Amino acid sequence: MVRYFIKRLGMMLIALFLIILVTFVIMHSIPGGPFTSDRNVSKEVEEALNEKYHLNDPLPKQFFDYVGNLLHGDFGPSYRFTGKTVNDFIANGFPVSAKLGGVTILFVILASIPMGILAAIKNGKWQDMLVMAVATIGVTIPSFVIASILIYIFSFRMGALPSFGLDSWKGYVLPVITLGGYSISYLARQMRSSLLEVMGQDYIRTARAKGLSEPKIIIRHALRNAMIPVITVLGPTVANLLTGSFVVEKIFAVPGLGVHFVNSVTMRDYTTIMGVTIFYATFLLAMVFIVDVFYCLIDPRIKYD
Amino acid sequence: MEPILKIENLKTSFMTSNGEVQAVRGVSLTVGKGEILGIVGESGSGKSVTAMSVLRLLSDTARIKEGTITFKGQDLIKMPKKELRGIRGEKISMIFQDPMSSLNPLIPVGRQVEEMIREHDPDRRKEEVKKDVLELFEKVRIPEPEKRYGCFPHEFSGGMRQRVMIAMALANKPDLLIADEPTTALDVTIQDQILRQLRELEKEYGTSIIFITHDLGVVAELCDRVAVMYGGLIMEEAPIDDIFEKTGHPYTMGLLASVPDMDQDKEIRLQSIPGSPPDMTNPPKGCPFAPRCPYARQLCASELPDFVQVGEGHRSRCFLRYSDAPADANNPFRK
Repeated sequence: MVRYFIKRLGMMLIALFLIILVTFVIMHSIPGGPFTSDRNVSKEVEEALNEKYHLNDPLPKQFFDYVGNLLHGDFGPSYRFTGKTVNDFIANGFPVSAKLGGVTILFVILASIPMGILAAIKNGKWQDMLVMAVATIGVTIPSFVIASILIYIFSFRMGALPSFGLDSWKGYVLPVITLGGYSISYLARQMRSSLLEVMGQDYIRTARAKGLSEPKIIIRHALRNAMIPVITVLGPTVANLLTGSFVVEKIFAVPGLGVHFVNSVTMRDYTTIMGVTIFYATFLLAMVFIVDVFYCLIDPRIKYD
Repeated sequence: MEPILKIENLKTSFMTSNGEVQAVRGVSLTVGKGEILGIVGESGSGKSVTAMSVLRLLSDTARIKEGTITFKGQDLIKMPKKELRGIRGEKISMIFQDPMSSLNPLIPVGRQVEEMIREHDPDRRKEEVKKDVLELFEKVRIPEPEKRYGCFPHEFSGGMRQRVMIAMALANKPDLLIADEPTTALDVTIQDQILRQLRELEKEYGTSIIFITHDLGVVAELCDRVAVMYGGLIMEEAPIDDIFEKTGHPYTMGLLASVPDMDQDKEIRLQSIPGSPPDMTNPPKGCPFAPRCPYARQLCASELPDFVQVGEGHRSRCFLRYSDAPADANNPFRK
């Protein structure tokens, strides 16, 4: 098993290298450069800028320099904000996104799993219909629409909750609901269908034949089995929420990483685009790895040899 | 013999999108103390549904529409769920057909048996319960019980898993064991060992057994009495020897003729009963076997024969067994 995980770690590094390579190649094959935009810079200035950021070096050299810097944890300077580095953006933005994301994850897990369980237990009854209706709304209505409705009701009409900023716990309520809405719906559905499937298994009938009560059957026999597919989707969801969402951060004026990412694209801030992409990719790979570890802990049938 | 279980006029249906499937249409059975009753029939005859109805282990779409199931003076059908749970696994236990899927894949087998004991006797000390489980494992011949205790189901073969199921079913020394095709999914050699074990355990504990199977050979080896089911009804019920020697129903005759014979010429095709079982969403008005019966008359299609006495403890549901049935050439019972 340890050997498997070491192998997995190796594969992850290869995957990460490929992601870096591909983003790098794509970034450098886009026509135009970071300094060929809005305001007119003279040829000499542009030349000087290219020289300063080593953009005249041959591509392979640029690439290996970049990777070399990455190994030191250096994502390079921002091309658009003089004096700022991509590390600054991540160091400033990630904690904000991660805090909001962390609260959201907690909220998502605490809401979606009980919702899914309730819907499965009350299969076909009104509780099930209600949960499924809410879940359908959650996956179909885009987050910016939900955000607008929430702001209209709770901030504009009732004045109960702030519409921007994360200064107090109240500030978290609306962004968390908006950010978590989709994941809650998705996970609740997953939990419901997974638990329903498990409840139809033969070993659940065995548990009933033992004389166990329904709550005991669900807690001892059904839930652990039903959690396996839920954990599969939980991994990427966690990565997604922690690294921030552009829409939610933009609407609620949260100074997180998601805003930087999208802004850097429109501003052709190459190093920031690459840096944030690689940061996100690393995170996602790590989460998938953690999911694998969880599989091993939950399911004794998985031996990975 | 004092019956330990008495099923009377049981009717169980499944509510499906295609309408009501009348799986069991009025079954009456008794099981005596220490008796092994076989229920035989092909797929869809209602034998498993009858068995599952006893502990009400059917799916949500099933409804027990009529009848009583009396166990120790109490009707299991009317009993509140909570009380019924006290009987499940404690007084009546079950073994299922597919040992591969009947054990929880995430829990060590020893703990799954332990759970059975502790559920009905929560005050027992853990070490004591474990000792019991190890003894049970030994009894059902699981080699190296101590080592096997912490193993997971996927580390066991089908036969070994079924032994775990048997150990579990016997853990609380139940009065009645319902075995629903426990050997169908197993190799013939393993099947034989399991049957022998069931018989030994029946002797040791005095447990009554309802043994459900489609295999008449198994019935011959194990059972004291047999009920043959078809189309949701019992067609014939007889002591074991009578079923083979004084066969009392054309359907049973057909079943017996389809059992392969070791001495049979290989060139001869294995006999089977032509046709297929009735559609239970719309069960036939008359005898369900009539469309496939080589001796069927006009009457058989329109009217359901009664379950009549044809010998000592031997009953049959066939017009040809009525005392006034014509003794012509087409009556196999009056030649």
